[in-house]
Amino acid sequence: MLAKPDAPVVLSLTGIGKSFGAVVANQAIDLDLRRGEILALLGENGAGKTTLMNILFGHYVADEGSIRVAGEDGKLVPLAAGSPQAALAAGIGMVHQHFALAESLTVLENVVLGTRPLRSISLDLAGARAKLGALMRDSGLDIDPDRRVSRLGVGEKQRLEILKVLYRGARILALDEPTAVLTPQEVDGLFVVLRRLVANGLSIIFISHKLKEVIAIADRVAVLRGGRKVADRALEGTDRAMLAELMVGRQVAPTRRVQRAPGPPRLVLNAIEVSGSHGRSGLSSVALQILSGEILGIAGVSGNGQSLLAGVLGGTIVPASGEIVLDGKPLRPSPRAMVQAGIGRIPEDRQHEGVVGSLSIAENLALEGLDRDGVQRWGFLRFAAMRRHAETAIRDYDVRCPGADAPIRLLSGGNMQKVILARVFERQPRVVLANQPTRGLDIGASTDVHRRLLAARDRGVAVLLISEDLDELLALCDRVAVMVAGRLSAPMPVQAVTLERLGLMMAGQADAA
Amino acid sequence: MIRFEPRTSVPLALRIGVPLGAVAAALCISAIPLAAAGAPILRAFALMAQGAAGSVFACTETLTRATPLIFTGLAAAVAFRARLYNIGAEGQLYAGALAAVAVGSGGVSAPAFVLVPLILIVAALAGALLMLGPTVLRVKLGVDEVVTTLLLNFVVLLFVQMMLEGPFKDPMGGGWPQSAPIETAGSLPVLLARTRLHAGFLLALVASVVAYVLIARTAFGLAVRAVGENQAAAGFAGIEVTRVMVLVGVLSGALAGLAGASEVAGLKGYLTADMSRGFGYAGIVVAMVAALAPLAVIPSAMFIAGIFIGADTMGRTLGVSNYIADLIVALALLCVLVSGLFLRFRIRFG
Repeated sequence: MLAKPDAPVVLSLTGIGKSFGAVVANQAIDLDLRRGEILALLGENGAGKTTLMNILFGHYVADEGSIRVAGEDGKLVPLAAGSPQAALAAGIGMVHQHFALAESLTVLENVVLGTRPLRSISLDLAGARAKLGALMRDSGLDIDPDRRVSRLGVGEKQRLEILKVLYRGARILALDEPTAVLTPQEVDGLFVVLRRLVANGLSIIFISHKLKEVIAIADRVAVLRGGRKVADRALEGTDRAMLAELMVGRQVAPTRRVQRAPGPPRLVLNAIEVSGSHGRSGLSSVALQILSGEILGIAGVSGNGQSLLAGVLGGTIVPASGEIVLDGKPLRPSPRAMVQAGIGRIPEDRQHEGVVGSLSIAENLALEGLDRDGVQRWGFLRFAAMRRHAETAIRDYDVRCPGADAPIRLLSGGNMQKVILARVFERQPRVVLANQPTRGLDIGASTDVHRRLLAARDRGVAVLLISEDLDELLALCDRVAVMVAGRLSAPMPVQAVTLERLGLMMAGQADAA
Repeated sequence: MIRFEPRTSVPLALRIGVPLGAVAAALCISAIPLAAAGAPILRAFALMAQGAAGSVFACTETLTRATPLIFTGLAAAVAFRARLYNIGAEGQLYAGALAAVAVGSGGVSAPAFVLVPLILIVAALAGALLMLGPTVLRVKLGVDEVVTTLLLNFVVLLFVQMMLEGPFKDPMGGGWPQSAPIETAGSLPVLLARTRLHAGFLLALVASVVAYVLIARTAFGLAVRAVGENQAAAGFAGIEVTRVMVLVGVLSGALAGLAGASEVAGLKGYLTADMSRGFGYAGIVVAMVAALAPLAVIPSAMFIAGIFIGADTMGRTLGVSNYIADLIVALALLCVLVSGLFLRFRIRFG
């Protein structure tokens, strides 16, 4: 796919600026999208990608600047600001990272949903079916229209989301981090579909922070950093390091794992059973040995039991049977017992389980150790000590924040994660459980997390890394196991696995092992 | 077009100004029913202000009325902080009052420095015990505490009526369903001669400060706030959520129980089944208007007490039903709830 510098412009953003209080989210952003091209919008978290897209779709009104969209005749006409309806009518469609589907309805019903006035009596499903069928043929997006959405896989749900947008007549398609939930094979499938869509004349904005995918799919890339557009260029002639530097604003050293011999087994799980619920798989006879001084990776498509495994190790889920043994001593699972036994936990959903948004950074740092001397004396909080402690953590972990007393919800995801890391590592843990520790983080923050995990490993900590990012697993882990439908494969030395093989195992093809 | 943008921080001026604005708005809106009742609006408000704070005596009446409201407001504020919705302060108040008369109306003979603390302790225990059941049901079995605490109010009230018709009935009471009076040694002293303001008010102030210190300055309070704001994260961090919730429930019930003891031993002298004029429920409004801050409960309770006392005066003079007070208090709650929007969002036009 070559860039088409002479193709007509279908969408033009001029001088877009938007501030939230003192925070400048977008500043003087110009962006043109041409017919039939895939434009990657690359940027770290907080770079302004989401704000820009929210302005495009009318969720926010820009403080300055204008948006023009090509009409039927190809002429650019201004788009009414602040109206999602106007954006839809102008042929702009968005597929969000989190799906918005009615699980109990069929594919066809989901597609029709919201396209008809509520007062209309008939749904005219026959007409919709014919239109959807034609769309599926043209785009190569194939799903059985009569399947219930609850029975669809993640990849299929994403196809359905794209179909929904196409059904509404979108000619400009924006995809927000579309590969976050897909296996490598599903990503390949998605890319085939996207190429076909642009060949049919659609234009696509592909929002991502994954360089590899941007290089694989995009014709052109616009890089946002700190709310400004810092680069806008054809992809030809760029490489990964160059894009990374543009995105982060400095050179990024790749994470290096030095081969070293692991120590004795530190944490042992024996025949752990957790019953599944709501149609999700449980854990069946999961056994695992994590050695001191190694990073053991768990790969798998989300929803195959990884979060249950993390819950068991975090103490929030009590297994129906099986035992957890730390350095030869069995553990009774509860979050408190895990904390006190020296298991540091980095939760999957940092907003939900990691931090209490309205509490300050200092208070969040104190939460795991409310009984400790540095936090309280005679039951009274030692605010000065907590603040000093937090200021040290903020400095050591380079947390960008207004101050130790600021509510933690004001922090970006990456900075929140740094606070959680500080909380985990200050207790000198013997085991670290890292569940999707870099999800939603930008390159800079991810590298930081990786560095800290590797440093812990080199100190002899046993690290369990659960991740959907296979590149991350291959780069960090000493051994990798794959989780499918609540069962865990035997761990394999990382030298013995490839991306392709992991992908096949994740898809449940056990013979690939 | 109006749009709402989430605020990243709320300046202090706004945090104080918005509730005050809401209260002002409630007073403005209440001009409509006042006018409908045929009252001259400005004079009605002037009479209310005069009735609530126009003289030393009026002020002490307002403070006297505020006393149980501070206790029940604290009961709601402390519990709501942990997202434990105790709607049963009314029942806990009566449970506390019943325990107070059980001990204080001849049950125990002791000098004042023993009897008064004893009355307060058993009243607090009775309220705490009543709240323990719903709290345990909630944390162990997920039973909705709003339903259980609310329904227990009626159970307790009927039980109180039964006791006042039976074993607790004052033989000298002329047949009225009322308890024997609290002994002099068990009564809370009056603070100001020729007024009804009693030491219960000072106790309420102390309770507010203690609740503030507990919530804002102790490790337990941090655990309560963490559980209330994000139970999952609090539990994940190793805070024993069940234990925190049970302690909060007990504390909340105890505060409501103290309201009952203070009314019986400080104001009424004996228990009747109509002693509380909905103080338990009004406490919820007090707590909401105070944004669940224990120290703010004091002015909030004074304001709401002032509305009730002022409306009595105004109603007597102008012939307007004093139910107008309930209406104004309800409006104040609604306005405060709506005003929360201004704290969470910045509102933009166009």
